[in-house]
Amino acid sequence: MTAPALGEPLLSVSGMVKHFPITRGILFRSRIGEVKAVDGVDFVLHKGETLGIVGESGCGKSTLAKLLMRLEEATAGTAVYDGRDIVAAKGGELRRLRREVQMVMQDPYTSLNPRMTVGDIIAEPLIIHGVGGDRDARVRELLDLVGLNPEHINRYPHQFSGGQRQRVGIARALALNPEIIICDEPVSALDVSIQAQVINLLEKLQAELGLSYIFIAHDLSVVRHICDRVAVMYLGRIVEIGSEDEIYQRATHPYTQALLSAVPVPDPDAREHRNVIRLTGDVPSPANPPSGCRFRTRCWKATDLCAQEDPPLIPREADPHPSACHFAAQAEHIID
Amino acid sequence: MGKHSTDQSVIEKASAPGPDDGGGHLLEVRDLFVEFRTGEGVAKVINGVSYHLDAGETLAVLGESGSGKSVTAQAIMGILDSPPGFVTGGQILYKGRDLLTASENERRAVRGKEIAMIFQDALSALNPVFTVGWQISETLRKREGLSKKDALDKAVELMDLVKIPAARERLKAYPHQFSGGMRQRVMIAMSLAQQPKVVIADEPTTALDVTVQAQIMDLLADLRRELNTAMILITHDLGVVADVADRIAVMYAGRIIEHAEVHALYKSPAHPYTLGLLNSIPRLDDKGKTLRTIPGLPPNLTRIPAGCPFNPRCRYVRDVCRTDVPPSVSLGEGRDAACHFAREVLAGTLEPTRKDPEL
Repeated sequence: MTAPALGEPLLSVSGMVKHFPITRGILFRSRIGEVKAVDGVDFVLHKGETLGIVGESGCGKSTLAKLLMRLEEATAGTAVYDGRDIVAAKGGELRRLRREVQMVMQDPYTSLNPRMTVGDIIAEPLIIHGVGGDRDARVRELLDLVGLNPEHINRYPHQFSGGQRQRVGIARALALNPEIIICDEPVSALDVSIQAQVINLLEKLQAELGLSYIFIAHDLSVVRHICDRVAVMYLGRIVEIGSEDEIYQRATHPYTQALLSAVPVPDPDAREHRNVIRLTGDVPSPANPPSGCRFRTRCWKATDLCAQEDPPLIPREADPHPSACHFAAQAEHIID
Repeated sequence: MGKHSTDQSVIEKASAPGPDDGGGHLLEVRDLFVEFRTGEGVAKVINGVSYHLDAGETLAVLGESGSGKSVTAQAIMGILDSPPGFVTGGQILYKGRDLLTASENERRAVRGKEIAMIFQDALSALNPVFTVGWQISETLRKREGLSKKDALDKAVELMDLVKIPAARERLKAYPHQFSGGMRQRVMIAMSLAQQPKVVIADEPTTALDVTVQAQIMDLLADLRRELNTAMILITHDLGVVADVADRIAVMYAGRIIEHAEVHALYKSPAHPYTLGLLNSIPRLDDKGKTLRTIPGLPPNLTRIPAGCPFNPRCRYVRDVCRTDVPPSVSLGEGRDAACHFAREVLAGTLEPTRKDPEL
């Protein structure tokens, strides 16, 4: 499979950092440390592509999404969309930028206000951004677009199933005709048969509306299906980024290899031949990440060099896609 | 994982006894019915579930939310919330003895000692105000009558068994001081305290990351081999099932709609629901294509459709499916499927009556 031609760069993120302070005391708060949730992330999102961001819980992928939505203020870094920096934007400019970048949340049960009808929920962004015209007609159109019955406009979220609620969340994100949609674990809370319905919907919308997605998920088979490029995060950093093929077939970072090998394959015949790389231990605390390479405490290749020198995310000899490992090498046959 | 060939022979032998001979299996659920009486009507949660388990084997119970897979386990353990839950029919035979008619004292003797359970969410299943050591040793003190010190020593052994590092030092730690994977190990240690013959694991890795999930599934497989424990693995993850199970029972709307040996089921499902589930997993050769989906939603259990409960979503639906509940058909080699056209689905000769669903 050859890498598909990439579109125009749409969003360039560079040096994104978010440190949450750890404080002690109530009246006299003193800062005793910081959780380095996102610690220097760079990537480019191209027009019409789906960029997957995968990693274990606590690696900072959801914080990254919030930074791009300006739901959290970044400690440092820039995210340039259309010549304007989302991180530094204020007032009217920020408001205009927010119309272009929308988000679909993980949990369809808590991300919809139970006291509002789905019509009001989907119309809310239109009201906030002062979009005139026939809002009712627009909401009906959106409901139809996401495969819900437009006549259900006056129903409440509890009258819908999980998959249908996620469709409401998607309709809300589409209301302002955004360019980019950030999907934070959009299908993790759904059953397998419903998951496939929502994934198909997201792909259909992308083809029809020319959307670009940042798709955050921990399910690697879903990411593989929907994404053009994939970034693997570990402890606040991207450790490897490349096309779907480069990551799934020719990964050079040991963490990516371990992550891929651990995915259960839905084929009982594969269990005898699978070569699972067993990582020991847990992810270190982001408040106190290891020196040098952050993965070295769980890595079987680690040497003194890894403790001293932080490996940069650059193209490696083993395969010409960026990988943050001093000893980047392809593993033989991780998964079929 | 390897070394499953030895388990295969166990299944062959164990499935030999006839259906009337209850003594053949370690644990057998026969025609179980459970309903939940709620303000909105009676939800028929379990509608005639039968399955069996033999020593040392792993049975996976697969189903989506609301299919009744956890409720069956709760009925076996005798921890069903009642009200609203009521067992309205059937038998649960453990070593030939019906647990449903047993006295509460007899059930207590089985619970934990013979059949133990690992719960899904270790953070809410563990008590946050007691230390881990105290919680693991509790059963040993209360049920085995060990002294506090002996029970704690045994707890350290159990923690070593489930590979919790520095067990002795961590006896005094509280659940919140453990990571998700370590908490799940504590749960496993607790369930093994009295060396049960059967362990029911209810979605043991659902809340965990893949690398930790692999560690826990390995641990369960090792323990099963070492202690020869039989396991019922309740899950919705088709990948996990393929990795560890010997047999699978697929549940839908409170019924087992297909039951087969794991290799046979993945190779060629005999029920349209199983087929739909397997098709809806993203695979490599699907890249860029639309995923095959199962249209619609699982039924509301207070209003289960007439005939086959899957008929409103089935691609192969025929008139008979809307009127008659399909009986479980035996397809040979220990395989059953509750579909009027199971043989045709298995052979792949049945023509769909509905087109692929729209988005």
